[in-house]
Amino acid sequence: MKLPSRRLREFLIEKLIFLSGIASVVFVVLIFIFLLREGVSVLKTTSLGSFLGGHFWYPISTPAKLGILPLILGSLMVTAGAIAIAVPLGIAAAFYIAEVAPKRLRTVLKSCVEVLAAIPSVVLGFLGITVLVPFLKSVFNLPTGLTAFSGSIMLAFMALPTIITISEDAINAVPREYKEGALALGATHWQTLFRVVIHGALPGIIAAAMLGIGRVFGETMAVMMVTGNAAVIPQSLFEPVRTLTATIAAEMGEAAKGSAHYFALFAVGIVLFVISFAINLTADILLNRGKKK
Amino acid sequence: MNTAGEKVKLSVRGLAVSYSAASALRSLDLDIVAGEILSIIGPSNSGKTSFLRSLNRMNELHPHARTSGTILLDGVDIVREISAESLRKRIGMIFAMPVPLPLSIRDNITYGPRMAGVRDTRTLDALVEESLQAAYLWDEVKDRLDMSGQKISGGQQQRLCIARTLALKPDVILYDEPCSGLDPLSTAKVEESMLELRKSHTLVLVTNNTKQAARVGTRTAFFLMGEMVEIGPTEKIFTAPADKRTEDYIVGRFG
Repeated sequence: MKLPSRRLREFLIEKLIFLSGIASVVFVVLIFIFLLREGVSVLKTTSLGSFLGGHFWYPISTPAKLGILPLILGSLMVTAGAIAIAVPLGIAAAFYIAEVAPKRLRTVLKSCVEVLAAIPSVVLGFLGITVLVPFLKSVFNLPTGLTAFSGSIMLAFMALPTIITISEDAINAVPREYKEGALALGATHWQTLFRVVIHGALPGIIAAAMLGIGRVFGETMAVMMVTGNAAVIPQSLFEPVRTLTATIAAEMGEAAKGSAHYFALFAVGIVLFVISFAINLTADILLNRGKKK
Repeated sequence: MNTAGEKVKLSVRGLAVSYSAASALRSLDLDIVAGEILSIIGPSNSGKTSFLRSLNRMNELHPHARTSGTILLDGVDIVREISAESLRKRIGMIFAMPVPLPLSIRDNITYGPRMAGVRDTRTLDALVEESLQAAYLWDEVKDRLDMSGQKISGGQQQRLCIARTLALKPDVILYDEPCSGLDPLSTAKVEESMLELRKSHTLVLVTNNTKQAARVGTRTAFFLMGEMVEIGPTEKIFTAPADKRTEDYIVGRFG
């Protein structure tokens, strides 16, 4: 009497867990199909070359000009700037926390890094507009503080927690015996750090940088608020730019469903997806290679 | 306790080591004579490893370790008069777990000397051969010096670690249970190299293998619960120990 009902329950639980497990796969596939179906329609109005390589993004003029090169370059420029700031700073901070800082300071620093990760991007963007942008405007004597550089600084803040946390894990994962071995051979703390610890932690540190890049590249809100959003090909870091993400966020609400503009925004989404995927894949490969060693 | 007429290499006075509240070693006095192999035996928690790691100041790396007392190397205070780095070049250490650095066999050996400023390739090459010979490893690896030091067998890795220590030309070599993870054949080679190295170095061996202490030690010390119970010529310790506890340990009644 009791047995069949228990068996039924087990059957149901098992299937439920299976569905939950497979759900993420289904979602990814569905999202990708949807994105692809909508995005590919852009090729009805423009060629692939003029879409990716076009210099002008005037989606609502007639005829619409749908060249996303300024957006790609905007994204790349902001990302490159953010990485140039965040990667050295993040790795240095990770080394300090993992290897140099006294124990109590280490705890404080680690929680600060966690708090930094918890700040919503809108709040960071808000600080960016009210503090950073006017500051940069006056320091560099610019016509506007809404520039790629402002975006880079904002994004560097957001990438730092990722880079610091993962690099620190990689540094801590270097076997204690390596350090002791080097120290027992008369190496100084710094020599040990530079030659042995970095060597062991390198794959993890590179992966940390890659994940930081991924985080920066896909970030939308803070960037949209501080970069000025001018869809022109940027000549320097100190000019307004517009990123791929900000474009979608800003224009999707206004684009008429089924219009060329609407499809073009989906296509921008595909470009974003492909680049993000490539970054994450690289990070993954590097992380796994580090683990196998 | 010092055998008359022999040169004292390391002189330990009032050495005490504790970790947070736990005391590992209480007020130890001991002279280590140049050219001897001093074996230290004792159950776990007897303070023998703490003692060994005090000799080259590796204890300082432990965040809660507190060390007091003085240790003189050739009459020079190892804490107050020389830096930890230069001390560790003169007092090498072999660990229980052989961990070659993630470098080639050759680079594992030249790592220390290069860091100390030796750049000349010929000098380094000579050092590589000489050190590997002395560690009884040369014949096994001479044709693959560029292979990763982590790809050779465990016994070979331990001898590689011995070779890299020798490349720094230390006066004293500390062995921290060097053969605990090795097969009998590798153990024999390590012991053989120790007996050979004795001619030019002073060796201190911490071991859980009392038979090993009996095989290679010129003198043997028995540690128990942070104190040195007894020290004497190895033969005497193993045949006619003065203290009942030493005898109990050696015949295996505890520990």
